[in-house]
Amino acid sequence: MGRVTRVITGLAAAGLFLAGWQVSRGDDDWGNELADRWGSASRVATADNPVYREECGSCHMVYPPGLLPARSWDRIMDSLNDHFGDNAELDAATKAEITRYLSANSADRSEYRHSRRLLRTLAPDSIPLRITETPYIRHEHNELPAQAVAGNPDVRSLSNCNACHTQAEQGSFSESEIRIPGFGSWDD
Amino acid sequence: MKNHFPALLASLLVTIPPAVSASSAVDALLDEYRGQGGGTFNAEAGRAFWNQAFTPPGAAEPRRCASCHTADPGKPGKHLRTGKPIEPLAPSVNAQRLSDVHEIEKWLKRNCEWTVGRTCTVQEKGDVLTYLRTL
Repeated sequence: MGRVTRVITGLAAAGLFLAGWQVSRGDDDWGNELADRWGSASRVATADNPVYREECGSCHMVYPPGLLPARSWDRIMDSLNDHFGDNAELDAATKAEITRYLSANSADRSEYRHSRRLLRTLAPDSIPLRITETPYIRHEHNELPAQAVAGNPDVRSLSNCNACHTQAEQGSFSESEIRIPGFGSWDD
Repeated sequence: MKNHFPALLASLLVTIPPAVSASSAVDALLDEYRGQGGGTFNAEAGRAFWNQAFTPPGAAEPRRCASCHTADPGKPGKHLRTGKPIEPLAPSVNAQRLSDVHEIEKWLKRNCEWTVGRTCTVQEKGDVLTYLRTL
């Protein structure tokens, strides 16, 4: 088999694989799906549940559910009486709805690139209660100087994603959207 | 003839003070608390409760309503533990406050457990709501 033939055969096989994969997934949004999986779009799913947005977002950033596995969300929702030092208890129906939503859209159920990487780099038996404790998020921020985050009065903690990731609440963490207060844009 | 109805309606909407909604939500709750055994509610008792210190299990220092909301509920506060900014609670300053029965009960439950270490009695809740709306 000549070199050209081998290349053509290879490309055709790749094309068949991709087409088959798309059919098996039944996706209409083919371009976005590809971009989310492999490429440019630095996104996780937007937190779009109104009950979740209202109840949790009245106190803190509406964290995208795809940034923790379901086992973490379950544990967080089962300990709302001591929610990182505060009491955030909900009535039973509201709690059930939010738990269902977080679990159904957790990192384990998401095709988005950040979610998959976050899950892949997590020990299978670990149950992180903070997004900022996950190896993936720690790794992504390990080059930042302390004065940009902990020592920065406008940031204070990595948990304030939207202090720098200007589109975080929309699920977008693209580098071009980063504005660190007092530091400006970030380019690694 | 010119129809004045829309203008009349608009002026009605504008002149209804937002405090009416806070007041009606509080009235509804006070009625409910009376039905559950609460007596006469007293703003002065509410003010005393607001500033009373409690040390629930696990708390590093005593906690009061005022620890986070400040001694003046008309001023913005800050959560003692988490640092979360808190908007003024007095309806006279912040018309959104005390305007929703479900919201009031949700926060009374959370904050009584966190601050006092137990759910508050109907008398305590009624006194505090009475205090807050006199401000």
